[in-house]
Amino acid sequence: MSAHRHAAPTPVGGNLLNPTTLVCGALAIAMLTVLVARFLFGLGAVTNLNDGYPWGIWVVVDVIIGSAFACGGFSVAMLVYIFNRGHYHPLVRPALLASLFGYTLAGVGVIFDLGRYWNFWHIFWPGYANPNSVMFEVAVCISAYITVMWIEFSPTFMEKWGMKDARKKLDKVLFFFIALGTLLPMMHQSSLGTLLVVMGPQVNPLWQTPVVPLLYLLTAIAIGYGVVLFESCVASSAYRRQIEIHLLEPMAKVMLGVLGLYMAVRFGDLVVRGALANAFKPSLEAFVFWIENLAFLAPFALVGSTASRRNPARLFLAGIAIMVGGVFLRINGFLIGYDTGLGVDSGWNYFPSIAEMIVTAGMFALEVLGYIVITRRFPVLPREGGAAAH
Amino acid sequence: MTTRRNFLRSCLAGGAAAAATVAPVAVSARETHPRPPEGLGLLYDATLCIGCQACVAACKRVNENTPEFNVMDKLWDTPLDTSGHTFNLIKMYRHGTMETKDAEENGYSFMKTSCMHCADPSCVSACPVSAMKKDPETGIVGYDADACIGCRYCVAACPFGIPKYQYDSPTGKIGKCELCRHRHQDGHYSACAEVCPTGATLFGRTEDLLAEAKRRLALKPGDWTAIPRGRLRHAQEKVLAGGEDGKGARHRHGWRDEPDQSYQAQVGHYLQHVYGETEYGGTQVLKLSAVNFQKAGMPDLPPKASAATSETIQHTLYGGLVMPIAVLGALTFVARRNVVAEEEGKEGDRS
Repeated sequence: MSAHRHAAPTPVGGNLLNPTTLVCGALAIAMLTVLVARFLFGLGAVTNLNDGYPWGIWVVVDVIIGSAFACGGFSVAMLVYIFNRGHYHPLVRPALLASLFGYTLAGVGVIFDLGRYWNFWHIFWPGYANPNSVMFEVAVCISAYITVMWIEFSPTFMEKWGMKDARKKLDKVLFFFIALGTLLPMMHQSSLGTLLVVMGPQVNPLWQTPVVPLLYLLTAIAIGYGVVLFESCVASSAYRRQIEIHLLEPMAKVMLGVLGLYMAVRFGDLVVRGALANAFKPSLEAFVFWIENLAFLAPFALVGSTASRRNPARLFLAGIAIMVGGVFLRINGFLIGYDTGLGVDSGWNYFPSIAEMIVTAGMFALEVLGYIVITRRFPVLPREGGAAAH
Repeated sequence: MTTRRNFLRSCLAGGAAAAATVAPVAVSARETHPRPPEGLGLLYDATLCIGCQACVAACKRVNENTPEFNVMDKLWDTPLDTSGHTFNLIKMYRHGTMETKDAEENGYSFMKTSCMHCADPSCVSACPVSAMKKDPETGIVGYDADACIGCRYCVAACPFGIPKYQYDSPTGKIGKCELCRHRHQDGHYSACAEVCPTGATLFGRTEDLLAEAKRRLALKPGDWTAIPRGRLRHAQEKVLAGGEDGKGARHRHGWRDEPDQSYQAQVGHYLQHVYGETEYGGTQVLKLSAVNFQKAGMPDLPPKASAATSETIQHTLYGGLVMPIAVLGALTFVARRNVVAEEEGKEGDRS
């Protein structure tokens, strides 16, 4: 198959000190300051968390949304290695890199939010671990996936440091890690949705459903492609590289397919459960439900035709739209559509504090910083000019 | 060139694998757990409650909880809700002129807020590290701070809003009622029931409490009846059966010696509903009220526990790791074929 011939990845090169990295560094330092206060004085000192909203943006945005945004590696690897679409290969490494950072930071970010973080190892320890808990499955699965991703990505470092023997050995078993790297995100991205189930009727029927694992899995895959669209556009604009339209155009089509399946499951489920009426009540929940679903529908309007899929601006916007939809699906279920005590209590409110937002911004800044450093110094992005490929 | 048909075919195969990982097939549906037969609990009768908050003070004392202030002069403990430092609270329903007790119109009523000790608790199902555990015998939902990682999934999971976290501490714990299980070995039972002057909060086996609740509902409002106070004795229990019974169940029959504290009171205008009998699969704390339970602050819950739904999904997908291993096998097979094909492609590239 000729499609396997493509440009070898090479470091982009260039200066590591530039306005973007400086801003990211400053945000990361601001985050560290907040974290010092959090660990010295407790969660209440810096967050607006309360017993009505025990999970804020550190869980919902940094971990649940952060890990969904980090599904690019999984989505593209699945396309390349499971559906044998080898010509997408140049997209694998950059997507995997973003995933690696997204997941590693989501894993670290959990620690900030844990009230009794020094006991964290209990989750992996027989005798403590509770296999009935959805959280247990998510934690074990995400930890395993972070390890698998570092293994999948390690050829990049091996190439840089000339570790040829190690590279050869790894190549022989890499297929197994690729399979594992496809299974694990399927498991925990679906389980991140299942986290809602035990909360029962506290979650609005628009988001509380037994098919929620399927909804979260399908959107995670679609978001994965959306993030790759977004990142490819940003990377080519920031590094002044040619945009890989010949890859992004068909990939956007795959994304629309996944999204179409998702919309069918989403609305089919709402109709079957008789929950769709909630979307037509004059409520905040109904309003955000429509924002969520319009964002998921927008890519059909933006990149529905082949011609429109060759337009980088439209691809970029479609990527953003799908990310916005994913953000709303998750925030709506865990925060806006969540009501402790089903509305009979005194009424709880939550809006993130500035300090919480600084930490979330700092986490995303660290991801961008890491992405820049590694793509400039390690062979991740395909060599400019296309070389042998096309 | 791979054809579109081939691509669609592999999409279908992959889609089937993905669907197999998540589709909740109800093969091993987990039923809602029933209450343990010897489970302990409380019966709270809002029509007997006078709102004196003696139970709130006693709860603070025996659980060594710090007072919370919500008024300018910090003279008394004034919690507005249960919290990481307040495990029990009497809340008030008010309407209009508040003339009549236990009336919804122009009346007022009380409601106890504390852990319901669910038959099938969401917090126990949610906890990833078994820090929340339901005692198989007493059914008490207990908390172990030494196991807890502070993720607060229990706080989010509970529909009664009961487990609460101490946000004011860098080493905060979860706080909730454990029916004073730490006092049982000394023959003491729940402090709130011990101190209640009117028997509005009564301690006992949930089965006995349920029978007592139904007895009250069957009486005619306004009639006089005997109302027990403190601990409701087991029907077969010998009076003053204190001390060891040699069967390792001292806490069951080893309650402290107490005189009969029952007194004559008038039957309230009850709603014909024992709250907690079926709510969320049943709870070990039961409640009676003359005012609508939702108005008084108790959520309207279905008879099925969400823990059962959640665990059915989890065990269907991951039971015995059968499905993940099968999917992994299929993915490994496909990935191996495709990665090898790619290696060959690379060789060709170099030549």
